[in-house]
Amino acid sequence: MSKISAKKVNVFYGAKQALFDVDMEISANSVTALIGPSGCGKSTFLRCLNRMNDTIEGCRITGNILVGGININAPDQDVVHLRAWIGMVFQKPNPFPKSIYDNVAYGPRIHHLVKNKNEMDEIVEKSLISAGLFDEVKDRLNDPGTSLSGGQQQRLCIARTIAVNPEIILMDEPCSALDPIATAKIEELIMELKNNFTIVIVTHSMQQAARVSQQTCFFHMGKVIEAGPTSKIFTNPENQQTQDYITGRYG
Amino acid sequence: MTIKASDPQWHKSRLRAEKRFRLYGKCALSLAVLMLVLLVGSLIARGYQGFVQTQMSLPIQFDPAALGLSKDVDVSSLSPSAYTPLVKASLRMVFPEVTDPMQTRELYALVSSNAGVTLKSYLDHHPEMLSKTADVWIPASSNADLYFKDRISENTPEADRNLTDQQIAWLKRFKERDIERIVFDQTLFNHGDSRSPENAGFLGAMVGSAFTLAICLALVFPLGVMTAVYLEEFGRPGKWVDIIEVNINNLAAVPSIVFGLLGLAVYINLLGFPRSSPLVGGMTLAMMILPVIIITTRVALASIPGSIRDAALALGATPLQVVWHHTLPLSMPGIMTGTILGMARAIGETAPLLLIGMVAFVADIPTSVTSSATVMPVQIYLWASSPEAGFSEKTAAGILVLLMLLLTMNALAITLRKRFEVRW
Repeated sequence: MSKISAKKVNVFYGAKQALFDVDMEISANSVTALIGPSGCGKSTFLRCLNRMNDTIEGCRITGNILVGGININAPDQDVVHLRAWIGMVFQKPNPFPKSIYDNVAYGPRIHHLVKNKNEMDEIVEKSLISAGLFDEVKDRLNDPGTSLSGGQQQRLCIARTIAVNPEIILMDEPCSALDPIATAKIEELIMELKNNFTIVIVTHSMQQAARVSQQTCFFHMGKVIEAGPTSKIFTNPENQQTQDYITGRYG
Repeated sequence: MTIKASDPQWHKSRLRAEKRFRLYGKCALSLAVLMLVLLVGSLIARGYQGFVQTQMSLPIQFDPAALGLSKDVDVSSLSPSAYTPLVKASLRMVFPEVTDPMQTRELYALVSSNAGVTLKSYLDHHPEMLSKTADVWIPASSNADLYFKDRISENTPEADRNLTDQQIAWLKRFKERDIERIVFDQTLFNHGDSRSPENAGFLGAMVGSAFTLAICLALVFPLGVMTAVYLEEFGRPGKWVDIIEVNINNLAAVPSIVFGLLGLAVYINLLGFPRSSPLVGGMTLAMMILPVIIITTRVALASIPGSIRDAALALGATPLQVVWHHTLPLSMPGIMTGTILGMARAIGETAPLLLIGMVAFVADIPTSVTSSATVMPVQIYLWASSPEAGFSEKTAAGILVLLMLLLTMNALAITLRKRFEVRW
């Protein structure tokens, strides 16, 4: 059974419709890439999954999104818990202007996940190790998170997300602000993380989608044009538009 | 080879326009600097005399009988006015030729009416001088003070100055014998207001200002910051928020005297708070400063990048946690700067306080927020409108003190902003 199941999702920003009857099945412990040209609605769909669209004024969502069998758009669904359960990493690295330690400790702290300092130290260390950052920062955990390089900042943001122990991690173009070496590190990390988490990643880079994902979903003009196993989408797409996009004819 | 990228004639003319524009800018700047130098220069030239005072040395005979001491009356229980006869006796001793009662009164007018206070404190510190004679430095009266500071000239016709020819002749004798000196005037910083310029101090007004500002800050800071946080972080943008925003912006532009009328009507007439008190003054100024604080706080909050809010929300922070843990602490430098500048505006405000009675003559140093008081700018206004010549230098001195305070507050605001500014 799929981890995330979206049925006929429509999103409106005021009078403008951004998504049209999107259906999607996302399976657990895999990486699903959402690709498509700018403004096609892939980020909008991603933000539906942890209800970050709630913060956008005039945004309206219809349709059903079941995550682990729970309707996340239900009026009585607590978004605070939902977002702890479904973490998110953004396009631009956005560490808090606090120490590296406090950045990672923030989530467990606000959810009261730990009882004492030792447990907190443990979570911080574990999260930084999982994000592949621990060896680089273990001697300067009290330095500000903003003093790290772009790639390190993004891995810090991933560590921060992992620290609250989510099941799903949403990534919104996590490498678009990074250089190729930092990108390679993040991609490596994503492939490792999929063993423990379900990952949905929005990306502009076709190669990245091909490298890291098992499932790919092509969006165009707010509609899902084609979805399926990554290998199939990139080698033998059924739709002409998909074919044109992945071969770089537009986008 | 020369590079030819544009019409040479046109290029020359646009370079000239550039030069002209820079020249205009320099002219405007130097004019502004000149104005500033003129303002500060004239204030200092006039104001420094307000910080000093003339004293005259008089041989005082501490005669127990003249002081009215007896078995029942102890030295420490004497009031300052009991020492006045000693001053008069001393003056008669120095100028024995003066016998005419009219002339004697003119002679007495050379020393400050406050001389008794000086003598009392002298005798309290030197009890062994009782029944003996000592030379004591006694403050000159305001007019004598002005003569020694060359503010009254004997070349002016007698009818046009506050000292008679005879008085000037006496003062000259002090000068010749070198028993007058000009010293730093503590009166300004340890006395309240007085009807006589040489006794008038700024302390009452300073304490009044401090109380007023404390009330104003205590009201306006929580109220303004809360309002701004709600409007910026929680209020759903829409018609209501727009209406409120327009009204707050308008409120910031309302002439301050209107707030004075409102304070008079609401706080004094309706709620019955004590007139002339820093309590009412602070509450009135709070109404005036509130929009300023709300606007600056909103600007500070809006300058926090949305990515920080997103990061916290995506971790599952509640909106209140986002404000409390991130946006509010991060915007604190901006809020503090706005608050200090708002307070600087409040400390210099006069008009609304005139209407709620803080313009009353108050000689005592206020002891609480409900006692009658005045504030620094109002004190300056009061002195400036006093007829006695001695008050003009007090006015300038008061302005200097107020300006120094304002400069300090602005410097503090800049320092805070520079030090705690977070770079993204």
